Amino acid sequence: MSHPASTNTLRSEHGVANPASTALDADRAPLLKLENISKIFGGVKALRAVTFDVMPGEVLCLAGENGCGKSTIIKIISGVYQPEPGAVMLMDGESIEGLDPARARDLGIQVIWQDLALFPEMTVAENIAFEQNLGSRPRLVSYGKMKEAARRILERLGVSVDLNRSVRSLSIAQRQVVAIARALVRDARLVFMDEPTASLSHAETQALLKIVRRLSADGIAVVFVSHRLAEVLDVCTRVTVFRDGQYVGTFPTEGMTQTRLTELMTGRTFDYEVRTTDLSKAPVVLEVQGLSRARQYHDVSFKVRRGEILGVTGRLGAGRTEVALSLFGMTRPNAGSILLDGKALSVRTNRDAIRAGIAYVSEDRLQLGLVQPQSIGDNTVAAVLDDLLDSTHLIAAKKRNALIQDWIQQLAVKIGKPDDAVSTLSGGNQQRIVLAKWLATNPKLLILDSPTVGVDVGARAGIFAIIHKLASEGMAILLISDEIPEVYFNSDRILHMRDGRIVKEYVPGTTTMEQIERDVHA
Amino acid sequence: MNTSTSHRSFAPHVPADVAGLLGFLALVIAVLSFASDRFFSESTFVSVAFQLPELGFFTLAMLMPLISGGFNLSVTFTANISGLAMAWVLRTYGGADAGAIAIILGIAAALATGAAAGWVMGAVIARTGASPILVSLSMMIFLRGLGEFLTRGGDISGFPPFVREMGNGVFLGVPIPLLIFLGCALLWHVVMTRSRLGFATRMIGSNLEATRYSGIQTTRAVTRIYMLSGLMCGVAGVVMAAQFNSVRVGHGEAFLLISVLACFLGRVDPFGGFGRVVPVVIALVILQVIASGLNLLGANQHLATALWGVFLLAVMLFRWAWANGMSKTLVRKRAAATEGVTQ
Amino acid sequence: MPDFRKLGIGSIEALLILVIAIMVIGLSLSTSTFLTAPNLFDLLNQSSVNIIFAVGLLVVLIAGGIDISFAVGASVVQYLTALTVMRLGGGNWALGFIVSAFFGFLLGSINATIIYRFRIVSIVVTIATFNVFFGGLMFLTGGVSIYDLPDWWTDRVSLIHFSTVSGNANLALPVAVMVVMVIATWFLLRRTTTGRQLYAMGDNPEAARRVGVNIGAMHYIAFGWLGMMAGIAGLMQAHYVQEVVPNAFYGRELDVLAAVVLGGARLGGGRGTILGAILGILLTAITANGLNLLGISPYAFKMIIGAIILIAITLSSGGFAKLVGARFTSQSVKASS
Repeated sequence: MSHPASTNTLRSEHGVANPASTALDADRAPLLKLENISKIFGGVKALRAVTFDVMPGEVLCLAGENGCGKSTIIKIISGVYQPEPGAVMLMDGESIEGLDPARARDLGIQVIWQDLALFPEMTVAENIAFEQNLGSRPRLVSYGKMKEAARRILERLGVSVDLNRSVRSLSIAQRQVVAIARALVRDARLVFMDEPTASLSHAETQALLKIVRRLSADGIAVVFVSHRLAEVLDVCTRVTVFRDGQYVGTFPTEGMTQTRLTELMTGRTFDYEVRTTDLSKAPVVLEVQGLSRARQYHDVSFKVRRGEILGVTGRLGAGRTEVALSLFGMTRPNAGSILLDGKALSVRTNRDAIRAGIAYVSEDRLQLGLVQPQSIGDNTVAAVLDDLLDSTHLIAAKKRNALIQDWIQQLAVKIGKPDDAVSTLSGGNQQRIVLAKWLATNPKLLILDSPTVGVDVGARAGIFAIIHKLASEGMAILLISDEIPEVYFNSDRILHMRDGRIVKEYVPGTTTMEQIERDVHA
Repeated sequence: MNTSTSHRSFAPHVPADVAGLLGFLALVIAVLSFASDRFFSESTFVSVAFQLPELGFFTLAMLMPLISGGFNLSVTFTANISGLAMAWVLRTYGGADAGAIAIILGIAAALATGAAAGWVMGAVIARTGASPILVSLSMMIFLRGLGEFLTRGGDISGFPPFVREMGNGVFLGVPIPLLIFLGCALLWHVVMTRSRLGFATRMIGSNLEATRYSGIQTTRAVTRIYMLSGLMCGVAGVVMAAQFNSVRVGHGEAFLLISVLACFLGRVDPFGGFGRVVPVVIALVILQVIASGLNLLGANQHLATALWGVFLLAVMLFRWAWANGMSKTLVRKRAAATEGVTQ
Repeated sequence: MPDFRKLGIGSIEALLILVIAIMVIGLSLSTSTFLTAPNLFDLLNQSSVNIIFAVGLLVVLIAGGIDISFAVGASVVQYLTALTVMRLGGGNWALGFIVSAFFGFLLGSINATIIYRFRIVSIVVTIATFNVFFGGLMFLTGGVSIYDLPDWWTDRVSLIHFSTVSGNANLALPVAVMVVMVIATWFLLRRTTTGRQLYAMGDNPEAARRVGVNIGAMHYIAFGWLGMMAGIAGLMQAHYVQEVVPNAFYGRELDVLAAVVLGGARLGGGRGTILGAILGILLTAITANGLNLLGISPYAFKMIIGAIILIAITLSSGGFAKLVGARFTSQSVKASS
């Protein structure tokens, strides 16, 4: 059916600010005030005269697509980069020009990057209190003092982690706690958290947000950087949006929806149509029955038909990628069955899965989807070498080059030369090469795991055009995504997973996007 | 990355790095000819032609592990053990009077021994993820010990005439070891450029996990890479035994450094993922010419050893300076293109 | 049951202690000479030099690097020390220690400079410097040993000396020096902030850099410390055998590396203990000693040690299950959604 009228027809002004006034007291002085911040890298403007304020003790979300300038502004604030001349940087009303990392730390500015930067072989206590070991003059180590400092911080955060365990033995959520504790050990006043909820389960995310609220109550300002909007809308009071290196505005999160926020971040509106293909007569390509894997997913059952795009959404830790990896043969389920075209599928490795006709586009394009230093051509043919052999069992150059050219053309990938490293391509074009690689295997089922992460807004439409075309040609597609609008407008049906189970199924035509949003983030 | 433009002309297009190396070779020959008037002569040429293969086999053995992001410290001792295997077979079947069948069996035994040692290393590296340096180091210690145990530290000598001919003879004007080497180099070239294993080697050298996700059997590939490395050591062992009519554990130790040097001089990336046979072969020629030249100039063997070390450092320093200059340009371009991607 | 972890005894150390204990018992029963004071003292005397090497190498491994040039470097330092003290009219122990530590540090700094400044991996650099040091030494000295060292250097110093039915038991000076070096290294690694920074750099170099560790200084400290240890080891070796032989240490680096790895240090950095390194050396020393006393060919020793190392690395890197190919999921698969 048609799409609900209200939110979807909102149009935001193209370009700059329509800054809503914040709901905070106008006379409270900002902790950090940045104005006219620009940064140029090799002739390209990464930031254009942006504004950025943080109030003391608030939880602020910094939202924006990849490439919008989020990490640049953080690096400027933490002293790694210097802004272009003309910048105004004030902390507590005083100018803080010429920052370097050490000085920024002295001012109480801490950044927790996504890779956490911990020392796995050392204990929790030692990681947290490591700054006691710094300084050019060698001193005696006091393990007791380190433990005491660590204990105090953890107590303040209201969490408990065994101080003597090595960080290597901790779960990712626990490591995050250690990273936060370390950031706090030196009287932090402003803490940046870069994508902190990646790799956390729902329960762990809640525990993390509890810590964040505590910090805020203690007067420490926290800036959440994320493109996963749901959790941050929960815990942040305001959200600052950057787009293409420009400041869009700062808005209260009260009343803000994911959809509206996405529109602000991307500058595009969602006036798409939902899919209305009738697939009731289409044969079932994939049937999953009672699939379970200990601690990952439980009793998962669903069907995907020819030409159908089945969306799978949910919060982090829902188990979606785990199910996908089992379908792809990377892991083995403990129970249940998988039927492909009606025949039972038993795969021991991903190679078997690929041969059977299942392809998996990983959400980690940089590390798992492509071999970045190698050529575009080599990346394209990596999954189909067996099909390119000549009579002597060697790779036939003609077949190889023909295949590469064919797919580059079909998917309209903008490249220099096939011998160029794939790392020279933009995110969107890289993703097209990933698709080319998998489509070359002629799959029956294509699993897409967060396929547009790190892809520019402009490029996303192109990628989904490809996906829709594939579906119309009969491919069965599983679309895993956190972004509900993305799933809503591109799926025939949507599964909602939570804590390893499927909890509900929706048909986009009969449910509103807001309803799904509410259910997922309840 | 090479930018080889294809012209519709009769001249074959020569990649930049090959051209650079050929130029360097010309320079080296010029300098040595200047330093000694006996250099540019037939006997030098012959000496290079006979001595190059030994170094060449070890370099080929080192090549694939390096490209895959690993290392093989045990190349010389694997060669020794393989030579011993051949010697043992021949000894059992008549020693210096052994017949053709025995010789063939002996060679087969040598190749099998080398391949087996390589296979064990590859399997351990592939399945346990242990550092290739450590694994090949322990294999090296083991093989050295095994070899010394079997030979009581002495030589095994006395090979049949045919074997000696293989090591010192000439066929159609070309020394037989050189023919064998060229054949092996050609085989390696084909494997690296046209086979699935060669493809896998490069991809694995750059990113093992992503390669695995693409459906390539990385465990099998790594095992085979080291097995081939061991096989080439076996060839080295056979040819060394043939050339010197004896096998001694520890023979060829100096070649470890020089084979690594040849690979890096031949533009193999120390971090893995990139490397071609052709530039490495040219690098081999350069190094052998230098070695022969030093020999001719009467340079002390130990001085030569020290100079090899200096040369390796010089090559790595040069690469660093080059990469530094290049990367400054690249950094500017890349920063513009990818700035903002949260790392 | 005491908490072994608090005593700094991890699982690898415990395993080594167990294996050593079994060997000691076995050898005591099967030979009449093993468990005697003369033999045990000799064992200690001869292992001391290797232990000094080992604690030096341990520091580099913990910092995330590797160095195979230290043994031939020790020979170079021996020569330089001999020449220096003789030039200065004889000298004494104090001068000997200072000079050998100084030259050792210098050689280590050369490695550190090339590795850090020019960003070349340490295995390649130290393969090169190995050849430069050894080739250079042999060329310049002509392979000639120095026999007439000053008296203070070669006069026998006995820490403990008594006679027994099985011969004279004599504990020599290298043992005392070894103990001092072990304690000094332990102090550096465990008790100083510098040691913590070394561990951090080996554990996660990028994180260490971000946190503010001076990576360059750490390189010099690590390789310099190994160089100093190597120099002092050379000093002790010359004292024990009463001469300086330029190629005496050739190949020693691999034996020491193998033993230290056996003791739990790993090439990746961030891991390793003094106790483990010492146990590794002792294990190999007792094996050699035992094989010798049992009349087994000394050639078998290298072979057995190599096999042990290979097995140890295999088992410790992932366990037996991995080797046999048991079905397991890739550890890098992140459970993210």
